[in-house]
Amino acid sequence: MSSNDQENSLNFNTDWSYSPAPESTDHVTIKDRYDLFIGGEFVAPASDKYFTSMNPATEEPLAELAEAGAEDVDRAVKAARKAYKQNWSGLAPASRGKYIYRIARILQERAREFAVVESMDGGKPIRESRDIDVPLAAAHFFYYAGWADKVDYAFPGRKTGPVGVAGQIIPWNFPLLMAAWKIAPALACGNTVVLKPAETTPLTAMLLAEVIAEAELPPGVVNIVTGAGKTGAAIVDHPDIDKIAFTGSTEVGRIIQKALAGTDTRYTLELGGKAANIIFEDAALDQAVEGIVNGIFFNQGHVCCAGSRLLVQESVADDVLGRLKDRMETLIVGDPLDKNTDIGAINSSMQLETINKYLEIGQQEGATMHQSSCALPDKGHWCRPTVFTGVAQSHRIVQEEIFGPVLAVQTFRTVDEAVAKANNTPYGLSGGVWTDKGAKIFKVSNQMRAGVVWANTFNKFDPGSPFGGYKESGVGREGGLHGLKPYLQLA
Amino acid sequence: MSAAAERIEIPAFPDLSRVPRVDEVGIYERAARFRTRSIKKEAKMDALKMVLSMIDLTTLEGQDTPGKVRQLCAKAMRLDTSMEDLPKVAAVCVYPTMVGVAREALGDSGINVASVATGFPSGMTDLDLKLDETRRAVVAGADEIDMVISRGAFLRGEYRRVFDEIVAVKEACGDAHLKVILETGELNTLDNVKRASVLAMYAGADFIKTSTGKIQPAATMEVTLVMLQAIRDFYRETGRMVGMKPAGGISKAKLAVHYLVMLRETLGQAWMTPEWFRFGASSLANDVLMQIAKQRSGAYQSPDYFSKD
Amino acid sequence: MANDEKIMARADSQAGAAGSAGTASKPHRLAVASESERVGVVKTYKLYVGGKFPRTESGRFYKVDDRKGEPLANICRASRKDFREAVVAARAAFSGWQNTSAFLRGQILYRIAEMLEGRKEQFVAELYSTGASRAAAKTEVEEAIDRLVYFAGWCDKYQQVFSSVNPVSSSHFNFSLMEPTGVVTIIAPEKSPLLGLVANLAPAIAGGNTVVVLASESMPTAAVSFAEVLHSSDVPGGVVNLLTGQSEELLEHFASHMDVNALVYCGTDKGQIKQLQTLACDNIKRVILRRQDRWDDDDSRNPYLIADTQEIKTTWHPIGR
Repeated sequence: MSSNDQENSLNFNTDWSYSPAPESTDHVTIKDRYDLFIGGEFVAPASDKYFTSMNPATEEPLAELAEAGAEDVDRAVKAARKAYKQNWSGLAPASRGKYIYRIARILQERAREFAVVESMDGGKPIRESRDIDVPLAAAHFFYYAGWADKVDYAFPGRKTGPVGVAGQIIPWNFPLLMAAWKIAPALACGNTVVLKPAETTPLTAMLLAEVIAEAELPPGVVNIVTGAGKTGAAIVDHPDIDKIAFTGSTEVGRIIQKALAGTDTRYTLELGGKAANIIFEDAALDQAVEGIVNGIFFNQGHVCCAGSRLLVQESVADDVLGRLKDRMETLIVGDPLDKNTDIGAINSSMQLETINKYLEIGQQEGATMHQSSCALPDKGHWCRPTVFTGVAQSHRIVQEEIFGPVLAVQTFRTVDEAVAKANNTPYGLSGGVWTDKGAKIFKVSNQMRAGVVWANTFNKFDPGSPFGGYKESGVGREGGLHGLKPYLQLA
Repeated sequence: MSAAAERIEIPAFPDLSRVPRVDEVGIYERAARFRTRSIKKEAKMDALKMVLSMIDLTTLEGQDTPGKVRQLCAKAMRLDTSMEDLPKVAAVCVYPTMVGVAREALGDSGINVASVATGFPSGMTDLDLKLDETRRAVVAGADEIDMVISRGAFLRGEYRRVFDEIVAVKEACGDAHLKVILETGELNTLDNVKRASVLAMYAGADFIKTSTGKIQPAATMEVTLVMLQAIRDFYRETGRMVGMKPAGGISKAKLAVHYLVMLRETLGQAWMTPEWFRFGASSLANDVLMQIAKQRSGAYQSPDYFSKD
Repeated sequence: MANDEKIMARADSQAGAAGSAGTASKPHRLAVASESERVGVVKTYKLYVGGKFPRTESGRFYKVDDRKGEPLANICRASRKDFREAVVAARAAFSGWQNTSAFLRGQILYRIAEMLEGRKEQFVAELYSTGASRAAAKTEVEEAIDRLVYFAGWCDKYQQVFSSVNPVSSSHFNFSLMEPTGVVTIIAPEKSPLLGLVANLAPAIAGGNTVVVLASESMPTAAVSFAEVLHSSDVPGGVVNLLTGQSEELLEHFASHMDVNALVYCGTDKGQIKQLQTLACDNIKRVILRRQDRWDDDDSRNPYLIADTQEIKTTWHPIGR
């Protein structure tokens, strides 16, 4: 059934709308200043330098964070090495598991506090931090805690052992969740950790440091150092780190891979993506539209596996776009702490600039831009949900990762054409396929060169589900049984 | 409700093979999202009043008597004695034999009389009996007829028969509005719900309705969402608005408000009136009244202070 | 004696027949044939690309000596253009090989073993001619045959060992399985020119990858002959491409080519390793280092070697309620 976008339109600007429903913040205390978490203690940085983390929705400062230099990183690595040798690697695996279970439980107890701070620091809507980020982070610790005394069963015919000290560098889009993805499997396998959160979103990592202290983990098992790229480089360059785990851009991933060339340091990289979400004419169209929305507008589009390219079969293209535009009108952009907000604040002014640059590029390239008509707050960094139509494979907005709520829409006629377009990218992190026909799902998902394929769904995550990319989207997997391997030596 | 809705030229029989499929898990996820909407303060008060105005206050029991129906009508006209500025409900819904009583009791209150018909709730009678029952209810004063579709025929794939029955009942309704009950609890799949919705709308339904209330599950948000989406697609296709009535199982104000959220985000402004959206319910009104009283006084309420009819 | 060895090394077409050195004829170029003796036919060692045996487009060659230090053969010195063609062939063959059923891949690997078994004596002689003792050569060939049988058996099993169905908390069926990473380049071990080659090649193709191999530079003859075995074993053209040449010249291209997904480096040269790893960054190539000098123990006989050049794909689908 085709629908015409012009005629018989729906009006979502309704007389009845939702009153503000702010999540209360009175149970949350953010300190003025956070020091480095090294050897089980909060210590000042050698340089005594601090930087400020801002609330991207209000552009107001939240707290000062210690800027870790090479000296501090070295201190953290030494603490991690000491803990590795003296405590952690030799500890009964079941006991390691119990410590990790404790972290999971305390996270669950303090869930709402973490959700509020995550939304304040990073700009993501409270609905997501409350319903997705924090519960998933806790679930991740819970999942890997159970592996601690079972890892040998995951690798038939092998004896397993820890790798040593892991240096972990995480991005700003899922600050707590990425910390959990990194720390949980590392600890379960008997490694110790030096973690660096992103400089724009360090707060929940520092709260996690409190949790780790509260769980009474042996000092030095987890060390958390804050800072920007230089701090990350100090971790990558440190000679006594056995493994680097990085999540971030392909550009930085390349630099890390290069820096580690010729060393014996192992690494896993979770990098960028430009996922295609393929909608066939026989798909459940309304659910496909939900998948498109969830694929590109989830977390403001700050998602490496975002479905940023929509490939829709020509026979239903107008219909799907009509449905999508209607759906976009119901998306609420604004205060991340409002329980009804669907799309929060863009993480930083820098990222907003990048997104705006791509909006310019898209229009210059001749694509047609459509944005929802929602109101935006006066202060803070915001971007309306955006769809580009009339784009071609050669356009930059089709090829490059924008990392914002910006969707490029292309059409196709045949299955082969859809698959060819989907794979025509250096990336290979994720993909989506929507059809009611079972055989087509298997055919297309089989041909997609991507580490995660969502069939008739999108942007789903689970601790038990391995995640990671083909090609330039990264090396190695995180999550599930397969996420253990990077943290183990097999003999 | 206005006289017979404008009948734009309607295709004879819909091509059901072109009805987009429904993915169950996706529908459940979307419905769950509506439930995460937080409705507070003025938005909540406005919503509660809107819910009241959309209620088809219903009694459909074998033990119904004229006395019972008169009490219900009294309640419909004056929902609460202590609160003045409340809207009236939209209609009172009764069996055909009670239509005359209800008509008389409601007088010129502006509240419609709705009558179930066509061998409610099973629909297992011959078509001429169904038509006769419909005409009698209309003659007795029903403004709205709630018919049931032949689920057995639908499940056997006799779509044409189901379609023709609705067309015939619609004709028998004359000026009365026709609500078509799909009895979704017997249709089994959401794909069936969507197809039955399309069938009913193309056959001339003014409203589509989930359930008789006699079969479990009755109305759910998921089923209602599928039907709302079918209404939207039909409107896109034909330009004709069709109303929606979830019925059965909606007894709490909070849930009813979530239905309004779903209505708002699926069909938007035009449908947010009693003309296009109804709740078929018997005990919902009192829960809404309790919530309104709570909003006003700040104190949680007891059912003992609200009249049950 | 030296001449006899050369003949054996070159007389590949009389597979297996050249068991006894005493009955072999003299080579025509390197020794003067007496009137009564038959003039032997000497083999030209060529590249193996896309199922064909071309000479290097560069027309260049290098000499390989035998165990006594005397010239054994002229070997193609492949150029970067030959490598480029090999990658094109490997890429073209990838989708077909990836989608060849696991059962059939196993059959084909087993077929390679059968073909190699049939030419065992030739390979023993070739390995002997480039320096191995007879006993060592025999062991190496037999190990190579057995390794092929070993990985033939894994073709339809490793997926069962390494895949998983993942219990997720939402209403979805979620499973992870292995898929070949794509085009894999292999710098074969300098020593152990046949077993080392097979030990690294077999797990890569068992897993559905297509490969471009650089043979041992100093002992390439067995590798080239092995390509002939592959060619007669129903291995589709382009699945295995074999180059001979100078690693110093070709390494950077093996590592930097943007259409190569993974690189297996068998060696210990720290400078080369750093160079490869540095160049691999340009397309986030997977770099697998195999630094052992033995290829006959458990370290090179396990399914984790297949996993090295596999990607894990996780698929989600709603289950319904």
